[in-house]
Amino acid sequence: MNAEQILFILFGAVSLIGAVSVISFRHPIYSALSLVVTFFAQAGLFVLLGAHFVAAVQVIVYAGAIMVLFLFVIMLLNLGTLSAKGPIGPKLKGFAVILGILLAIEGIYIAVNSASDTAVAAAESATGTTTTYDIGKLLFSEYLLPFEVTSLILLAALIGVIVLVKRESQEEN
Amino acid sequence: MALEYYLVLSALLFTIGVIGVLVRRNAIIIFMCIELMLNAANLAFVAISRNLGETTGQVFVFFVMAVAAAEVAIGLAIIVSVFKHRQTINVDEINALKG
Repeated sequence: MNAEQILFILFGAVSLIGAVSVISFRHPIYSALSLVVTFFAQAGLFVLLGAHFVAAVQVIVYAGAIMVLFLFVIMLLNLGTLSAKGPIGPKLKGFAVILGILLAIEGIYIAVNSASDTAVAAAESATGTTTTYDIGKLLFSEYLLPFEVTSLILLAALIGVIVLVKRESQEEN
Repeated sequence: MALEYYLVLSALLFTIGVIGVLVRRNAIIIFMCIELMLNAANLAFVAISRNLGETTGQVFVFFVMAVAAAEVAIGLAIIVSVFKHRQTINVDEINALKG
């Protein structure tokens, strides 16, 4: 067992445990912190895959910005007192878990099959790391239009959020 | 490390996200589960990208992250305004389009 396998098992186990904690904790704050753990473990997996830029963006954008937004909203709404009421019944929960297990089997089946399809390509490709230079070159040449559209999406989201919040404050006054 | 392991881990993470959306009634936790599913997709993107020796998959992860950031901002703003109107974010109680 080499170092990569040990690290994969470590990060994979941490991300799975974090993910299970997200859906099992009662209080949303604990769920949010478990989600941060999962995001960090996934950043580790990205480093293992040689995607250093994606790993850095994962930590900065997901574990940084998005989770701060989540925690901010949870604290703003003060949800600790509300979260306990209204869990769904055990019958529905069992049904959801059975559906989930079926979906997992399906996903694993597809994953294993599609992996064997691309096994030929894997043999010839070098498993080196991808530098930020490569991603930047691709982003600003071949994917320039999607990149610009992404900025439009972010602008639309920004304006949308401002409009949503502004209306609220006007109604209160 | 073979591609299968990464894809199976990605499938498991996605499934946990789906179960979370089905089981939990708290809108914020449902949102976190959606993030979990997006991240599982990102993991599959990066793993396959490495396996094919291409960078394109990582560019797509970049786009997914941008869309996820926009989605979280809008979604949380909606949750905040719904909470101001209804004093709850339990998705079973939010069942009317007209506030």
